[in-house]
Amino acid sequence: MYVAVKGGETAIRNAHKLLADRRRGNRSVPAIGLEQIVEQLALAVDRVMAEGSLYDTELAALAVKQARGDMIEAIFLVRAYRTTLPRFGYTKPVETSQMAIERRISATFKDLPGGQLLGPTFDYTHRLLDPELAEDGVMESPDRRVEAHEHTPRVTDILGKDGMIEPDGEMPEGVETGDLTREPLPFPLERDLRLQALARGDEGFLLGLAYSTQRGFGRSHPFAGEIRIGEVEVELEVAELDFPPTLGRIRVTECQMINQFKGSSKQPPQFTRGYGLVFGQSERKSMSMALCDRALRARELGEDITAAAQDEEFVISHSDNVQSTGFVEHLKLPHYVDFQAELDLVRRMRSEHERVASNSSETKEAAE
Amino acid sequence: MTELATYNFAYLDEQTKRMIRRAILKAIAIPGYQVPFASREMPMPYGWGTGGVQVTAAIIGPNDTLKVIDQGADDTTNAVSIRAFFQKVSSVRVTTKTTEATIIQTRHRIPETALQTGQTLVYQVPIPEPLRFLEPRETETRKMHALEEYGLMHVKLYEDIARHGHIATTYAYPVKVEGRYVMDPSPTPKFDNPKMHRSPALQLFGAGREKRIYAIPPYTEVVSLDFEDHPFEIQTFSEPCALCGARGSYLDEVILDDKGGSMFVCSDTDFCEDRQSEGHQGHLSANPAQADTHAAGVEK
Repeated sequence: MYVAVKGGETAIRNAHKLLADRRRGNRSVPAIGLEQIVEQLALAVDRVMAEGSLYDTELAALAVKQARGDMIEAIFLVRAYRTTLPRFGYTKPVETSQMAIERRISATFKDLPGGQLLGPTFDYTHRLLDPELAEDGVMESPDRRVEAHEHTPRVTDILGKDGMIEPDGEMPEGVETGDLTREPLPFPLERDLRLQALARGDEGFLLGLAYSTQRGFGRSHPFAGEIRIGEVEVELEVAELDFPPTLGRIRVTECQMINQFKGSSKQPPQFTRGYGLVFGQSERKSMSMALCDRALRARELGEDITAAAQDEEFVISHSDNVQSTGFVEHLKLPHYVDFQAELDLVRRMRSEHERVASNSSETKEAAE
Repeated sequence: MTELATYNFAYLDEQTKRMIRRAILKAIAIPGYQVPFASREMPMPYGWGTGGVQVTAAIIGPNDTLKVIDQGADDTTNAVSIRAFFQKVSSVRVTTKTTEATIIQTRHRIPETALQTGQTLVYQVPIPEPLRFLEPRETETRKMHALEEYGLMHVKLYEDIARHGHIATTYAYPVKVEGRYVMDPSPTPKFDNPKMHRSPALQLFGAGREKRIYAIPPYTEVVSLDFEDHPFEIQTFSEPCALCGARGSYLDEVILDDKGGSMFVCSDTDFCEDRQSEGHQGHLSANPAQADTHAAGVEK
């Protein structure tokens, strides 16, 4: 006799208990603390904050721990929390030219005001596994610069003085900056919403698309004009106050790509920009974002749209990894009902196919 | 550490609920039209019913009785999980009885028992755009709806007939609502399409990832697309339910062994259990000696 499958509730409870057990792992190994994650897996925390769109190192660390190190799961946890938070207002645009800089490089000028500052980078490390890191050895303290912080103008501002590069983008008159977390995306998008979507977009997806533009699928001749990492102040406009109070400082990575542009009927030949801005330290993401931003400006600049990276609906509709993972993984849910409908159809079509085949072979025999 | 998070009744904050209710009202006012709404991240993954959950959360009140089904069944894991979610965040009464529920959230089925005035059926929708697989661009499909330009869909159905002799769409079969908008009924089998037509219940559709809500108000015309010489037909099953003997209900095939043995049982578990408790039996129920010989169909 057939007994219908019951007990979904118990199964789910047991599965979650097992998950909690696996998350903790061997009990004789000390549990990892949030502080350890914030301090020692800082770039994982940064990625969760960036794609989770919530700047809170402690919550991001908690998410990383709860997700057993699965980044997209951690990002999802942070997003689902973030969406419940009330909005007090919108901050003023952060002033990245006033950044307390920890790293700043330009690939377009050998030297420039503010200088080149390598900072804490993996660049030029030899990727040789370091067995000493397996132990908690004694660390040398890093050397710090002694001279005072020099004013470090943005490369694009230097280039912009004589119109060699287009100015910072302006929104059309009367347009208020959108908020993709509060309104559904209205395609075609203005650049504000597009940049918001790219800022929380999946690093891997944007990296692949950015790479595709370098290999000829929507080529835009980019130069890394400037990448800077450091802390900026966040200020909030408050109606009752005549100055915007500072809420705090956040670490961001900014990338300004400089791209060739031959000019059009609307604009003289000049360099154009692709822009990337990401929470925390993530050069790969901010560079990918800048390349994708530039590729997606094809419509605005009157360029031919020939490649995936230039296709706004394609890029933006599929860059959110929380959405992507949800829909891909939903295939795990039962689909008995639709599958039954398809089974029935395929059976019917197969029997029709057999009937036609046998009919035609009979006709053939008769003819012979 | 952050304080222990507390959540509003039915999880969503009241402002979000108001935003969703506005979208629902607009959807009811324009039957079959997809209303964009500012879908939120929910504590379950996109594609797992976040649209339906947001619609339910926006309309549910303390006096409601909720039923959640997936594939017609109350006990599939995702239905269990969503029901548990609402029990946790809204402590409303839940039921598995179609007749007792004021709100039924569903994925892929419409209950066999006819719905009544005052009931609301909330569908979870993965891809709300019926034209999406013919035209992937939102900017284009929006135009096609605005111009009532549905030729592409008819061509697709016609090509099915030319190629296979019949329309080869078995679920998510497109319908026209109140003579205006072509609508995706969500991936329900086309078997369920006639139940949407002039239903006394309010039917709401939520697509969370795609950020769209649409609706069929009570007693609205819902017509499955077809051709005069190829009228719309629903699936039929050659055998009755093996447990309750019902004919005319939608059946799931259950594999019994690795030698090709299988049985067919009602996908609507509540309907099937009701019939069994009324004494109806199929040829594989506990006591098959009394198996229903008189073919008991669904009263329509």
